[in-house]
Amino acid sequence: MSLAGFGGVLVFARRAIVEQHRWMTAEEFNETFALCHFLPGPNIVNLTMVFGSRFRGLAGGLAAFTGLLGPPTIIMTVLATLYARFGDVDALRRILAGVSCVAVGLLLSVVFRMMMPLFRKRDAVGLVFLLAVFVAIGVARLPLATVLLVAVPISLAVTIVMRRRAT
Amino acid sequence: MNGGGNPLLTLAATFGLMSLFAVGGANSAVPEMHRVAVDVHHWLTDKQFADVFAISQLSPGPNVLIVTLIGYAVAGLGGALVATLAMCLPTALLAYGVSRFLGRSSHARWPAIVQAALVPLSIGLMAASGLVLGLASDRTWVAAAVTIGAAVAASLTRLNPLWLLAAGGCLGFIGLIG
Repeated sequence: MSLAGFGGVLVFARRAIVEQHRWMTAEEFNETFALCHFLPGPNIVNLTMVFGSRFRGLAGGLAAFTGLLGPPTIIMTVLATLYARFGDVDALRRILAGVSCVAVGLLLSVVFRMMMPLFRKRDAVGLVFLLAVFVAIGVARLPLATVLLVAVPISLAVTIVMRRRAT
Repeated sequence: MNGGGNPLLTLAATFGLMSLFAVGGANSAVPEMHRVAVDVHHWLTDKQFADVFAISQLSPGPNVLIVTLIGYAVAGLGGALVATLAMCLPTALLAYGVSRFLGRSSHARWPAIVQAALVPLSIGLMAASGLVLGLASDRTWVAAAVTIGAAVAASLTRLNPLWLLAAGGCLGFIGLIG
């Protein structure tokens, strides 16, 4: 499964876990995914760990973890060796320049898609936080830890206060 | 290198710590990776960082494996392994612990609040990723136009991203981009 996931494994993981093998119901899957989404770290890796541990405890989790990361890590390492060896070759350098331009474009389109719900809900507070983090990290290049240790508590507090007021 | 210390330890500490702050997934941590790998430790040049990101997007598997490439550039095979494990294992164990702690009961309320609070932050982080990587890879107007074109195409169509990446590779190969 790990090798099927070009540009992200999630879609494939869902198909296999829920639809093919029926290891989890769709609801269990969503719940587990929501849990892994707000925990830090690579979501899909966390999801795999939790998923595996549902069957065989920690050992199952570690097995799933290794299964997910093992093969792609080997491929990556091979690519890294090739890059270290041939990274200066002109044709490859040009191809990678083109690919990286597109890769950035793809990332931007994900950002746009994720921003749309905030615009639709007129979530001004959310947009302010978004902009603040963008400027702090992208423009001022502050360390991630510093920014989050400030931003996360404030954002949490504001969210809780707003929910209280809404109910 | 960081004061001549063991590069493997530096890698483990750097990515182990970073993973705990990667809210919203691997792409959120890209600016931090860039800051650490390019600005602080000079492991990679700006251009190499853009290349490494491109390779990680082109390859199968979770996008987080960009750290494998950075680790390899720093300390070869060992570096690749250490960086990958440091970035993935601590948070996976944390996820395991939390899911055990919460049990299987439905616990819909507070994850929803935490998520609502974190979503704008993680989008902001990803936007910053876009900026940092854009500055690293879009050195010419043509390159910037390709990035914008790809963003528009990916937003408006359901085209498989691999086709767009391949098209970018072709444009690069015929020498249109830097």
